[in-house]
Amino acid sequence: MNLDLDCRGLLCPLPVIKLAQALPSVAVGDTITVLADDPAAATDIPAWCRMRSQELLSATENQYVVRRLN
Amino acid sequence: MLLDNARAVLAEALGIRPDELYLTTSGTAAIHSGLGAVAAARRRVGAGIVHSAVEHSAVLHGAAAAGTATEVGVDSLGRIDVDAFASAVREPGVAVAALQSANHEVGTRQPIGELAEACKAAGVPLFVDGAASIGHDVVPAGWSALTASAHKWGGPAGVGLLAVRKGTRLAPAWPVDEREDGLSPGHPNIPAALAAAAALQARLTEADELNRQHRAWIDELRQRVAAEIPDVEVVGDPVDRLPHILTFSCLYVDGEALVTALDAEGFSVSSGSACTASTLRPSHVLAAMGVLTHGNVRVSLGRTSTYDEVDRFVKVLPGLVQRIRAEVGM
Repeated sequence: MNLDLDCRGLLCPLPVIKLAQALPSVAVGDTITVLADDPAAATDIPAWCRMRSQELLSATENQYVVRRLN
Repeated sequence: MLLDNARAVLAEALGIRPDELYLTTSGTAAIHSGLGAVAAARRRVGAGIVHSAVEHSAVLHGAAAAGTATEVGVDSLGRIDVDAFASAVREPGVAVAALQSANHEVGTRQPIGELAEACKAAGVPLFVDGAASIGHDVVPAGWSALTASAHKWGGPAGVGLLAVRKGTRLAPAWPVDEREDGLSPGHPNIPAALAAAAALQARLTEADELNRQHRAWIDELRQRVAAEIPDVEVVGDPVDRLPHILTFSCLYVDGEALVTALDAEGFSVSSGSACTASTLRPSHVLAAMGVLTHGNVRVSLGRTSTYDEVDRFVKVLPGLVQRIRAEVGM
C-alpha cells in the first residue's frame, strides 16, 4: 500500500509536518510518497527519516518515498 | 605612523610580519580581492578553485567570479572530506584552494594544518577564511593567505584583514595604486584600523578566560537543549569547534516563529532556516551537512554574555518550541 501526499506549494516545515501526521494512517511496511517542491524538503525529509527512524526509499526531484518502519 | 602601529599590532596577533598584512574595507573585500589576486597570479597553471561546500557566501561568490570552482563536500558534522579535498587539490589546473578555519554557522573547525600540508605538497596556495575564528580561536599555520573581519572580534565594521605569506604571488586584476600594494585601492581608514587593532589586542588579553567560559557554557547548552527538547538536532562538532557558537534545529518548528519568540524573550539569535532568508532557500551549510534545516537557531555568546542568560535561555526554550509545535498540531 502507498499513500500519496501532495505538499507542492507548501514551505518547510509544513511538508515534514504533513508527512509526520500522515504516518499513523499507513501500516508498518507501507509507504508514503511525498510530492514537495520546497527546496528545504530535499534536506529535511531525509533528515526527518533519520531522526524518526523511518526509511527513505528514494528521493528524486520533488518526490520522496518513505517507508514506515515503526 | 599610526597606521604602522595598527598594522604591527594586527600582524602580531596573527603571528605574521607587518609587511605580510594588507588592510581592506571589509572581510568580504579581503576575500574577494585576495582570492581573485591569488588565483590570477597562477593563471598559467589554470583557473581551478577548490573549496568546501560550507564556505561563507563571500568565498563561494569570490570563487565563482575568480575561476572555475570545484566544491568538496563535508560530513554530518560539517567537516571537510579530507581525502576528497586533497585529491581535488592534486588535479591539474588548480590555481588555489579555499578552506575556512572553522564554520561560521555551526562552529566546526576545519583541519587546516593537515590540508595545508596537502596543498604545499601539490604546490597549490591555501586561502583560509579565518573570519569566524580570529579573536576567538587559534588558526593553525601553513596557509598562504588568511582573511579576517574586525567587527567579528568587536572592532569596527569596515576593516578587513588580508594576510599573505611571503612567497605567495598576487596579481590584482584591477588598476594597482601604491596603497596596500594595490590590494585595497584608496587611502586606508586609519581611525578604524586603530580601533580594530585596539579591539583585537583587548580581545586577546581576555580570550583564554572568555573562551574557557564560553566553551563550558556551550557544552552545557548542547546537553540541556538535546535533553530537554524532544526531536531536536544539535549540530556541528561537539568538541573540535569554536568556543562560542551553538546551532540546533527543532523538528516541526518554523524557524522564523522561533526567532521571533526568542526575540520577545530578549534573546537575539540567527537562523539558517529557509523562511528566515530572502531567497527562501535554507542555509547551504546545513544542507551540505544533511541536517534538519527548519526550526534552526544559532546562538553566539559574546563577552558580555552571562551564565544567567544561558540558563534562562535553556529554561524558556522548551516552552516556546512546544507552543509553536502545538500551533501546527504537533
